Amino acid sequence: MSPKTLYDKIWDAHVAHEAEDGTSLLYIDRHLVHEVTSPQAFEGLRMTGRKVHAPDKTIAVPDHNVPTTLDRADPATMTKESRIQVEALDKNAREFGVHYYPVSDVRQGIVHIVGPENGWTLPGMTVVCGDSHTATHGAFGALAHGIGTSEVEHVLATQTLIQKKSKNMKVEVTGKLRPGVTPKDVTLAIIGETGTGGGTGYVIEYCGEVFRDMSMEGRMTVCNMAIEGGARAGLVAPDETTFEYVKGRTHAPKGAQWEAALNWWKTLFTDEGAHFDKVVTIRGEDIEPVVTWGTSPEDVLPITGVVPAPEDFEGGKVEAARRSLDYMGLTPGQKLTDIEIDTVFIGSCTNGRIEDMRAVADVVKGKKIKDGMRAMIVPGSGLVRAQAEEEGLAAIFEEAGFEWRLAGCSMCLAMNPDQLSEGERCAATSNRNFEGRQGYKGRTHLVSPAMAAAAALTGKLTDVRELI
Amino acid sequence: MEKFQKLQGIAAPMPLVNIDTDMIIPKVFLKSIQRTGFGKNLFDEMRYNRDGTEIEDFVLNKPQYRDAEILIAGDNFGCGSSREHAPWAIADFGIKCIVSTSFADIFFNNSFKNGILPIVLPQEQVNILMADAEKGANARMTVDLETQEITTSDGEVIPFEVDAFKKHCLLNGLDDIGLTMEKADSIKAFEAKAAQERPWV
Repeated sequence: MSPKTLYDKIWDAHVAHEAEDGTSLLYIDRHLVHEVTSPQAFEGLRMTGRKVHAPDKTIAVPDHNVPTTLDRADPATMTKESRIQVEALDKNAREFGVHYYPVSDVRQGIVHIVGPENGWTLPGMTVVCGDSHTATHGAFGALAHGIGTSEVEHVLATQTLIQKKSKNMKVEVTGKLRPGVTPKDVTLAIIGETGTGGGTGYVIEYCGEVFRDMSMEGRMTVCNMAIEGGARAGLVAPDETTFEYVKGRTHAPKGAQWEAALNWWKTLFTDEGAHFDKVVTIRGEDIEPVVTWGTSPEDVLPITGVVPAPEDFEGGKVEAARRSLDYMGLTPGQKLTDIEIDTVFIGSCTNGRIEDMRAVADVVKGKKIKDGMRAMIVPGSGLVRAQAEEEGLAAIFEEAGFEWRLAGCSMCLAMNPDQLSEGERCAATSNRNFEGRQGYKGRTHLVSPAMAAAAALTGKLTDVRELI
Repeated sequence: MEKFQKLQGIAAPMPLVNIDTDMIIPKVFLKSIQRTGFGKNLFDEMRYNRDGTEIEDFVLNKPQYRDAEILIAGDNFGCGSSREHAPWAIADFGIKCIVSTSFADIFFNNSFKNGILPIVLPQEQVNILMADAEKGANARMTVDLETQEITTSDGEVIPFEVDAFKKHCLLNGLDDIGLTMEKADSIKAFEAKAAQERPWV
């Protein structure tokens, strides 16, 4: 048998039907659902008299619209439109009988944090959600990607997706990371190298010592942003780190089933000599703490750099860079560490896990954020919040002057009350710096949790290595 | 789904690269639970001032492009989120075909589900179409899905590739779910086999 990549193996294990032209029905093991991209899909089922094919494999949780302030039980904290979406999910989840974590449940949180945390996401699975950051679950060696609402309806009705196979791409990061360099820097550095369209048409497998050494939280951060590089999905082959993370979680297999699962999971790696259509190799030692300067996640530079000029680019990117610099209010040649910040946002499905909370605490412990700084930490789930409180991290944050919030997507996409105002500049641990992403005319610099923490202390984009 | 067969219409040039889904439909407009009505907010932050007045030099606000049905766009169009509100807004505005050197994966798939034909062409050919689109309302292009050809206002013919299954669905306005349900036996057989092999799922 010819050698297979990890992607080939998971794909082959899930093809329910294949047409002559390669168009396949891919069986879906886990379907995650949130309130923004699902109402029209459930409505479609209702209009056609269809049922949810596998309610037991469908997990719903509201996250995008949910306020993160402590008073959110009060309905007045949500706009009417947000409330309608959340109430629609409540109703749909109950009516169609899918697993559901309502806002009042301590396990509620961002769908991509809730899934892994409760053991829904397991190695070798196919996982989809009407959300591009579904790529996160690839950290488990699960084939996971975002879909549109029509496809959400298709999966609800049939538990399959019509797909053609993507190409294989290998992103290898060799060696060791230097102190102060985190998984967020790794994933941004990769996008800086490949561009936001570099992964289009591919599923990426992240290989190399850097990912082997990385925690599950770190791998989730890396895979989360595979989509910002244009890839359909990102994968890390499961290993002892994965199994250790999964074991004992509520919906993970137990007893004899655990042993059977483990036996299969251990076969999920790319065979020696398997073909990759594209290979990118980066030396771990060459990665520095990075920051984005523009309005595309590919606009990445080491924190030690300066704001580029449009002329530094070629083709259509020249005009895009000019527009970005104007939008961001930056001048070519300006040192990145001279950029002053008004707001710090720590959270999101990229960096809202316990390890991210610990990284922030390490930087801010015993210190105070800069006077006048608006700084919020939004845990990715109620369980992350509870753990951070138990570990004493919440007390460190509050002591330092951060707002310590309830779980949700929050200011990552500002569909809830957490938004930037016009011209406000934010160091954010989220995943997109698009125009208007965090609020109309808001300015976003993407950074790691440690770098965000450093910026909160100094009031500027800061090289965290100077503080540790 | 509405069929797409042959379209003769005005093409609007949008050469900017990396036009993302937040530009196409900002998140403040994602709160509807309907599929329609998003067209008025298509490209909202590029199209309107904060007070709701139109930004004159935005392409779709120019008199010659207000009725555009085709977009000629820069590279990596539709990158970002999976929100189908983006193609819903585009379709609701009246645009039925988008040409670029590349599209983001999820947006590309979402377009087909909504009767929109996304066409990928090499840079040189996109340049030709971009130049044609710059001519304004008098330059009407023809997009023929059956023959897989675009004809410029000057009569230049540019062939394009499209996935055979997607073409079939678009030409006939077919509903994917109905098609898949015809394969219910295959799905059932797969489930039985998977329950044996991976009972923990």
